Amino acid sequence: MSALSLRGVGKVFNPGSDQEVQAVHGVDLSVERGEFISVIGPSGCGKSTLLRLIGDLTPPSSGTVSVNGKTPARARLDRDYGMVFQSATLLEWRRVAANVELPLEIMGMDAAERSRQAAAMLGLVQLDRFANHYPWQLSGGMQQRVAIARALAFKPSILLMDEPFGALDEMTRERMQSELLRIRAETGTTVVFVTHSIPEAVFLSTRVVIMSPRPGTITEVVDIDLPEPRSDDTREDQRFFELLTDVREGLRAVEDS
Amino acid sequence: MTDRPEFLRKVYFRLPAIGIFVGGLIVWEGMVRAFDIKGFILPAPTAIAATFASETSDLLAAGAGTFSTALAGLLLGGFLAFFTALAAARWRFVRDGALPFAIAANSTPIVVLAPIANSWFGLRSPFGSIFVVAVLVFFPVMINLVRGLLSVEASGIELMESYAAGRRTTLWKLQLPNATPYLFSALKVAAALSLIGAIVKEFFGGSQERLGQYITTKAGLLQFEEAWAAIVLASLFGIALYNIVVLIERRVIPWHVSVRNA
Repeated sequence: MSALSLRGVGKVFNPGSDQEVQAVHGVDLSVERGEFISVIGPSGCGKSTLLRLIGDLTPPSSGTVSVNGKTPARARLDRDYGMVFQSATLLEWRRVAANVELPLEIMGMDAAERSRQAAAMLGLVQLDRFANHYPWQLSGGMQQRVAIARALAFKPSILLMDEPFGALDEMTRERMQSELLRIRAETGTTVVFVTHSIPEAVFLSTRVVIMSPRPGTITEVVDIDLPEPRSDDTREDQRFFELLTDVREGLRAVEDS
Repeated sequence: MTDRPEFLRKVYFRLPAIGIFVGGLIVWEGMVRAFDIKGFILPAPTAIAATFASETSDLLAAGAGTFSTALAGLLLGGFLAFFTALAAARWRFVRDGALPFAIAANSTPIVVLAPIANSWFGLRSPFGSIFVVAVLVFFPVMINLVRGLLSVEASGIELMESYAAGRRTTLWKLQLPNATPYLFSALKVAAALSLIGAIVKEFFGGSQERLGQYITTKAGLLQFEEAWAAIVLASLFGIALYNIVVLIERRVIPWHVSVRNA
């Protein structure tokens, strides 16, 4: 069973009005368990919409989405997803550990279990020492790590990430990418990752999905056959540069059409 | 105990304010003496202080009566505003129906109700004053709370949705904490309003043991030192009530920008 399966998925916003927008059109995609899929494309191509369709934050106008063999709504109720947004979206009145505990609290886990799990997750993102800090006392990169710890706290089988490192500087960004790969290796989570950055997509992914401008649809899927585990050396690998070129050409073809 | 350097530092930063306060009093005293200003126009600070000392028990009795009325009205209006705001945040029709009127009412001088309250509750009833204060406090608190409950980031709502959190959970864990800074800024305004409402209501009659009545009576008897002493006391109560709200605020929302560096 695929972790994710999309068949002819389309999304129209404000149908029937003069502000009607066809955001996504005819998307077919199948993602296997443990894959890391990056979705890349020009601004406004519906990448984020695609992620929100998978995460059941908005319903599709056409086609079907299935998650672990279930409807997205069922999968959401079963807490199959963890979500990470571009802004860390930490609750500023909660300390770091309490932020990580938020989903566990909502799920009704008892307090002792919760704090144990939060501590383990903060260990995973290497922020143990900041458990009692408030979000504003942390840098942007650290805040985003807290958001990742929170998304993984309830051990979802799928992680949906919407440009999570978009607001970070280049160095922090690369560190976060390596971190994310390490975390994924430890947890075996399936990841769908929306990004603007070609190197980021190539470095992280098992496959890169290229989308066309609105109405967004998948024009090309590039298999990333870089050796595992990936490290900073991977970024200097000849194959890495070839794949960058492949993805860049795929994007250029899309923008010219 | 505060350690000494820290304490000295605080005093140091307050020196300009202390200087202006003391300087202001000296100028006031000097003007009254130099130009021989009559007591019914402006009594000297020393005269007011002396009256304060000789009339302490009467003043404190009146002050306590007014203060407790204001506090009761503040709490009543605050609670009613809280529950109305919850309903308005929860149901769109409540919001759309009631909010325009609330905003309109908030822009009117509600203290004009003061003389009417006497005919509704009777001259002697404390409920007249509590009612005026509660109505006065209700609107700003309610409007601010609704704003705070609704001004959560869209991504925050989506986050809660992604956890399959219900409406009540979202309210408790996201919207209410988000609204607390709004609540406190409204309460700071409301604290001042509550004393204004109580005293203005008392101008129109009622028990003698209230600041409003005390001031009008003493002024009527040309005992201006007493009237001024009561005015000073009213100001002190206003400042005290405001600071109580600030102290609670610092304890409840230490994470908020407005409190962090204070």
